[in-house]
Amino acid sequence: MPLLDVKDLRTSFHTRDGIFRAVDGVSFSLERGETLGIVGESGSGKSVTCYSIMGLIPQPPGRIEGGTATFDGVDLLHCTPRQVRSIRGKRVSMIFQDPMTSLNPYLRVSEQLIEPLLIHEKISRRSALGRGLEMLESVGIHDAGKRIHDYPHEFSGGMRQRVMIAMALITRPELLIADEPTTALDVTVQAQILELIKAMQGELGMAVIFVTHDLGVVSGLCDRVQVMYAGRVVETADTRSLFRAPRHPYTIGLQRSIPSMQPKGAELYTIPGLPPDPSLAISGCAFAPRCEFAAESCRATEPELAEVGPGHSQACLRVQAGEI
Amino acid sequence: MSDSILELRDVRTHFPVTAGFLRKRRVGTVKAVDGVTLTLGRGEVLGLVGESGCGKSTLARTILHLIPATAGTVVLNGRNLSQCSARELKASRRDLQMVFQDPYASLNPRLTVFGALAEPLLVHKVCPASEVGARVAELMRIVGLAPRFVRKYPHEFSGGQRQRIAIARALALEPKVIIADEPVSALDVSIQAQILNLLSQLCRTMNLSLMFIAHDLSVVKHISDRIAVMYLGRIVELGGALDVIDRPQHPYTRALVSAIPTPDPDVERRRQRIVLPGDPPSPLNPPAGCSFHTRCPHARDRCRSEIPPLVPHAGREVACIRLGEF
Repeated sequence: MPLLDVKDLRTSFHTRDGIFRAVDGVSFSLERGETLGIVGESGSGKSVTCYSIMGLIPQPPGRIEGGTATFDGVDLLHCTPRQVRSIRGKRVSMIFQDPMTSLNPYLRVSEQLIEPLLIHEKISRRSALGRGLEMLESVGIHDAGKRIHDYPHEFSGGMRQRVMIAMALITRPELLIADEPTTALDVTVQAQILELIKAMQGELGMAVIFVTHDLGVVSGLCDRVQVMYAGRVVETADTRSLFRAPRHPYTIGLQRSIPSMQPKGAELYTIPGLPPDPSLAISGCAFAPRCEFAAESCRATEPELAEVGPGHSQACLRVQAGEI
Repeated sequence: MSDSILELRDVRTHFPVTAGFLRKRRVGTVKAVDGVTLTLGRGEVLGLVGESGCGKSTLARTILHLIPATAGTVVLNGRNLSQCSARELKASRRDLQMVFQDPYASLNPRLTVFGALAEPLLVHKVCPASEVGARVAELMRIVGLAPRFVRKYPHEFSGGQRQRIAIARALALEPKVIIADEPVSALDVSIQAQILNLLSQLCRTMNLSLMFIAHDLSVVKHISDRIAVMYLGRIVELGGALDVIDRPQHPYTRALVSAIPTPDPDVERRRQRIVLPGDPPSPLNPPAGCSFHTRCPHARDRCRSEIPPLVPHAGREVACIRLGEF
């Protein structure tokens, strides 16, 4: 049984300007210890997918319209708040993009760091602080003993992200959801944080969902990658096949538009047009208006993910029909 | 150099740091840019890379005299901008334009596209008022926007389109030099490719010189002829784009290059990443000697006392006193 099994997740936001379908039928599953990368451009629904699983979508305006997210036998979307609270923050934790805004500026790091322990485990403050200290040391904060009582603003961006990671991992979760954890950081600091997540994963054996828009970050870290577009998964495969033999026109276009995958100075491939407006209902394939291979059938029929190789699925009708 | 259009000689930009509420006293100096010497050739694309806080944006603003330089000279087309009168400076700005990082912030939300593009034309009296409309339409076509959008406001456009408007505004005065400060960092990958293509095409067709500032090395390598790497207000390596990225010499450039994740799972698995310890030091209190010595895997005692000059080495210039020793 997979650790996490998401089926047909649909999340939308009901606003004055209409209904925004942020996630529109996403299914995936994750084994214990596996690393899944979710990539996509802004607005593709990758973050909303994670927030929905964690129960962090503000409702209203958000609404989970359907689907299930089964974590170790418990459907996180339809269980009691009590059950969610016993799992969230203990067995599933999350780190966020911006460590400047996701730490509470009014609380000392020590308070925030041991909060999950005090809530989820029967543990004294003193021994919780001891574990907090150990955790800070293992994420690479020097003189953790002194720094643990500092406030977040006394840390640099990279250090704050380390504190976030320590906070997420202090309960030894089975699943870590990382939502663009390195986007706000410089490259040399990003390298430190990626190495840290890899090392901690090896130590704790947890599964990781890594959300990013950077295909480069995914390639070194993840076992499997799924590409999202306009709230749907368009392609999912093991990392090697996704980079070596992408099949969906969007994935191919995305890879051809990255400078580091092209010869220097060559004109970059550009995907024409813009992502669709999420407030309008999409008929057929969401990528069809920008796709150079689109045919009549693409605009009429909504494509489903179908296997094109072992563990490699994609949602393009024409690829499935063997036409391209 | 006679074929250079823009020349920086030992440019320094320092900011005083004050403390106290009523009686301000000076408690220190942030040396954001600390002795940069650079030339930009005609039609050349120079990439400027570095991490946040290294002074690359301050350098850009200093070149345009949006921030006064503390010392050093900026020579544009033979004219020393540091000694210009306000009137001469305004005239020089015709030749020197800037594109900013965030197209959501750099366009006036109350001006239509027409307003934004016509303003520089009218301020500098480039063409008679009757021809402004035609010129604006032409500018929009150059950057790939349909002229029928001319009466729209910035909020009606996407990020990529807004960046096109910002580029059109910079082109309005037919400048010789454009300084682009992280023009694609706020954009998605597929949109980023469109803007990169547009910029390199403009440089070729209009013989523009471009100073392209970014933190993404793969983007900079793609577009630049030469690359300058900055660390804590100084240039540590300067040379041909392929030399600097594919065969970096300075320990900082090496670490920076090895830190970029590549979208190739096999390369990623094989590679030995140089992970630098710690964060970049604060420019308020930079380390003595080579400012990189606190994080450098090759630092020796003399690195802590001597400030390394940029010296020619292996076909480029590098600022490290231990060159060839590691």
